[in-house]
Amino acid sequence: MNKRRPYVRPMEGWWRKNPYFIEYMVHEGTALFVAAYALVLLIGVVRLAQGEAAWKAWLTALQSPLSVFAHLILLLAIGYHSYTWFKIMPRTLPPLSLGGKRVPGGAITATGLIAVALASLALLALAWRIST
Amino acid sequence: MTEQIIRMEVMRYRPEQDEAPWLQSFDVPYSDDMSVLQGLNYIKDELDESLSFRWSCRMAICGSCGMMVDGVPKLACKTFLRDYPGTVRVEALHHFPIERDLVVVLDDFMEKLERIQPYIIPRQEQALSEGEYLQTPTQLERYAQFSSCINCLLCYAACPQYGLDSSFLGPGAIALLHRYNMDSRDGASEQRMELVAAEEGVFHCTAVGYCSEVCPKHVDPANAVNLNKTRAAGDYFLRFAKPKGRCQ
Repeated sequence: MNKRRPYVRPMEGWWRKNPYFIEYMVHEGTALFVAAYALVLLIGVVRLAQGEAAWKAWLTALQSPLSVFAHLILLLAIGYHSYTWFKIMPRTLPPLSLGGKRVPGGAITATGLIAVALASLALLALAWRIST
Repeated sequence: MTEQIIRMEVMRYRPEQDEAPWLQSFDVPYSDDMSVLQGLNYIKDELDESLSFRWSCRMAICGSCGMMVDGVPKLACKTFLRDYPGTVRVEALHHFPIERDLVVVLDDFMEKLERIQPYIIPRQEQALSEGEYLQTPTQLERYAQFSSCINCLLCYAACPQYGLDSSFLGPGAIALLHRYNMDSRDGASEQRMELVAAEEGVFHCTAVGYCSEVCPKHVDPANAVNLNKTRAAGDYFLRFAKPKGRCQ
């Protein structure tokens, strides 16, 4: 008689059992905030198409405390999402060489984050100039 | 060196008498230079000879002693008891069926390994008299990292996608597949790309990245998987441009 009885362990709750997986679920979850903000902008486009009054009302609605609070949460979540996006970038890119030497993963992540910071500052400066 | 005692909680599963795996505690005397594997060997030699586990080289090259140490996939020979003051929990590698105690069933991986044709299929067969297949250091560099794989399967134990659906080719097999595809002497890349682009190929991966984190040989299987996502997607779209392109 065959005494083999291989035991298969269940996968229920797998992501709660390791801090690495919890972080993974959190950073994947922040993608929903990116989608939410895209929706906010899309509503803006629709309101713009509806005429000046609708557009002005939308701008006023954006200034409400609730909207400012929601934007703060969105900013934090999207900021974290970009950080993790660049953190995983070295794993998704083909090997990069500079002067015959392999560029380390940390340098790729750092370059990405610096580029985000610079682009954000440039955008902020541009928006500042337009609004003042 | 002072001798201390550590409590080792070891997963037991004896199919002829246990319904499900359970943890058995052993108090093991240890010194600072003792690995988890040495702790298990102490148990087998001195406390309970019925404990089953795989091991061979004791120096992180045979890839036999992969197991979960405090829930993290590790090579038992490369993990030290001194890093787990008080208690350490040792379990069979996650995501594989348990044969007995710490021994898992490897059949699924073996079948996958065979499928990726993990050997050089020469681009052009060359007679012995023509000498070696030559390769430059730059050509070697393209795959060297992926050739460090020792088939220890820690990456499979780190991959929730494999745990949820074992039809996924998985990080280790894809890293090895990539190793041969990147080799300038090899000419079977097109055959292997069919596996990459298939339903159970690279697109099962959701870039958790834990496989590369736990790899004891710094192979970075997540990189191999993600590079092949780009390549498979490229093949898919370029088949319209290339009359001979083939993709399934």
